Amino acid sequence: MDLSFSPEEEAFRAECRAWLEANVPRPPLPSGDTRAGFAAHLEWERTLFDARYAVVSWPAEFGGRDASLWEWLIFEEEYYRAGAPQRVTQNGIFLLAPTIFEFGTPEQQARILTKMASGEQTWCQGWSEPNAGSDLAGIASKAVRDDAAGGWRLSGQKTWTTRGAFCTHLFGLFRSDPDAERHHGLTYFLVDLATPGVTVRGVERLDGDEGFAEVFLDDVFVSDADVLGEPNQGWAVAMATTGSERGLTLRSPGRFLATAQRLIDLYHAQGDDPLIRDRVVAAYVDAEAYRWQTFWTVTRLVNGVSAGAESSMVKVFWSELDVRLHEIALELLGPHADLLDGETAAWMKGYEFALAGPIYAGTNEIQRNVIAERVLGMPRR
Amino acid sequence: MHFAFTEDQIAFRDAVRELLDKECTPAHLRRAWTNETGRIPGLWEQLVDMGVVGMLAPEAGGGLGLTLVDLVLILEETGRCALPEPIVETAAFGASWLDRGDRAVALGHTLVPWADTVDVIVTHAGQFERDAVELVAHTSVDGARRVFEVLGTPTAIDGPKLWGAFDRAVIGTAAQQCGLAQRMLDLTAEYTKERRQFGVPIGSFQAVKHHLANARIALEFARPLVYRAAVTVDPVHACMAKLKADEAALTAAKAALQCHGAIGYTTEYDLHLYMKRAWALARSTGDGPFLLNRVAEGVL
Repeated sequence: MDLSFSPEEEAFRAECRAWLEANVPRPPLPSGDTRAGFAAHLEWERTLFDARYAVVSWPAEFGGRDASLWEWLIFEEEYYRAGAPQRVTQNGIFLLAPTIFEFGTPEQQARILTKMASGEQTWCQGWSEPNAGSDLAGIASKAVRDDAAGGWRLSGQKTWTTRGAFCTHLFGLFRSDPDAERHHGLTYFLVDLATPGVTVRGVERLDGDEGFAEVFLDDVFVSDADVLGEPNQGWAVAMATTGSERGLTLRSPGRFLATAQRLIDLYHAQGDDPLIRDRVVAAYVDAEAYRWQTFWTVTRLVNGVSAGAESSMVKVFWSELDVRLHEIALELLGPHADLLDGETAAWMKGYEFALAGPIYAGTNEIQRNVIAERVLGMPRR
Repeated sequence: MHFAFTEDQIAFRDAVRELLDKECTPAHLRRAWTNETGRIPGLWEQLVDMGVVGMLAPEAGGGLGLTLVDLVLILEETGRCALPEPIVETAAFGASWLDRGDRAVALGHTLVPWADTVDVIVTHAGQFERDAVELVAHTSVDGARRVFEVLGTPTAIDGPKLWGAFDRAVIGTAAQQCGLAQRMLDLTAEYTKERRQFGVPIGSFQAVKHHLANARIALEFARPLVYRAAVTVDPVHACMAKLKADEAALTAAKAALQCHGAIGYTTEYDLHLYMKRAWALARSTGDGPFLLNRVAEGVL
């Protein structure tokens, strides 16, 4: 056991901390889930990219620093500690990019990754459909072969597409073999939302922002160069990104540690209410538990042991912790918790944002089924 | 950063598990509930021979001179089988405080488990020699962990060394709670595969799955805090570890009882042997309010 970071890692932490302190936007940017806020966030993403902090774990040729998993965790801890903005590019850099690194051709990697890192191209996830949510294999949107044009024609509807109204591109699954059922016969496509036949309609979310969209596709042409992985193998390709979304990459412990520390600050600012103290402390302990469980997992990952179904436990834990942290903060704020203007509004906005956590990326009910079946070996039916 | 045990540490754990799987079965526990000593005859000597009991004592004191990181996985195993022996008190607390591993130690605030079968007794009041005290026996809910009031004149003890040893006891108890949580989860997952109602195994019902998934999540996020505390032996880290380990064990106990149904509510079935130990340990070496207060002092 060695619970210390190396001198090089500590130096990297100091470098990140100094740069973030000097560069994080003040006052905080408006919500990235509005059109104006999204543009402001893209400027910030560009600042990150120019300083090579946008994608520290990626190879240098795509704008990264070849950082280790440990360095990535250190960067994330410092990023959230500094109160830096949520990443509006996250569905691209955390969900799609790992899949492109694993399944993409060299041509796709060269064409897509750097522009994704800089924010020049922004990616939304086209998985959910009106009749395919937790039961993702119910996808009905179609891909029809167009041999003459060297590609496919996509038709159908995607929904609850986060930041779909602002993004330039969509990645998603489409049914390419009409005779196949469920998770067979699906293909993973990369779609430019400016292509003729695409209609995007913004949908207002719980928090009042236009953060969702419906994406309608009517005979949209996509060339073979924009198929990720093999045709009809889309399910296996997509599962690589669910692993990322549910597990480590999207939700590093830095975010919850920072929120827990801000909760302690709020507790003091509100006069150390003894009736709420125990819940503040317990939530802080949970954020610590999340950090050390992550370190435990990362040690195994760097030693070549894959994470597997444990990522479902991680997803349930962080999403419910995030809700709890915000619930306690709102209780500390009392009637002021409801205000959407003023300094405390971030807690209500954060609460509304946190409430999505137990729903997206596979509801926590689905995750608990996965834990019971794949970790505890209980029968599927 | 390398947050993992060595192959040697895991091999030692496996050797102890192998012994306990044979020598500390539910049948042994049931005999400990009713026999004269409340312990398993001969088992302590085997643990001494393996080096487990004196592991933290310096070599000059007859020990192995190892650390809590080497011991913590073994203590988890002693929880998994609800070992009815003062192992945390002696191996984690006593050996590091007395610098010797050959004196069995009992530890309690006012009620002291195993006080009748040890050499040294420590309570909030101080230290006692077993031979010099009168013990008042009580009947405890965990019959394999009998408790006593201690009547006598204590020698005052205090100081950082004592508190460091106490933190080791907190961490050791937390490790045992993790083992108990694992045992109750294993027992219940197995039972829900076999037990059929409405023509299917009850483990196929989502309501049953979700109870056990919650307990498994609690355990997943308790263990790393216990292992971290075993490295640092920091008082706040120790209390965080036991808070989460108690939560895991009590969540597992409640889920296990509910998912077993009526059979789990009998003493003929084995679940209660583990569940009652989890209840008792949650109030041992610091209960919830004590732990939370100590963490609050550190983080607020």
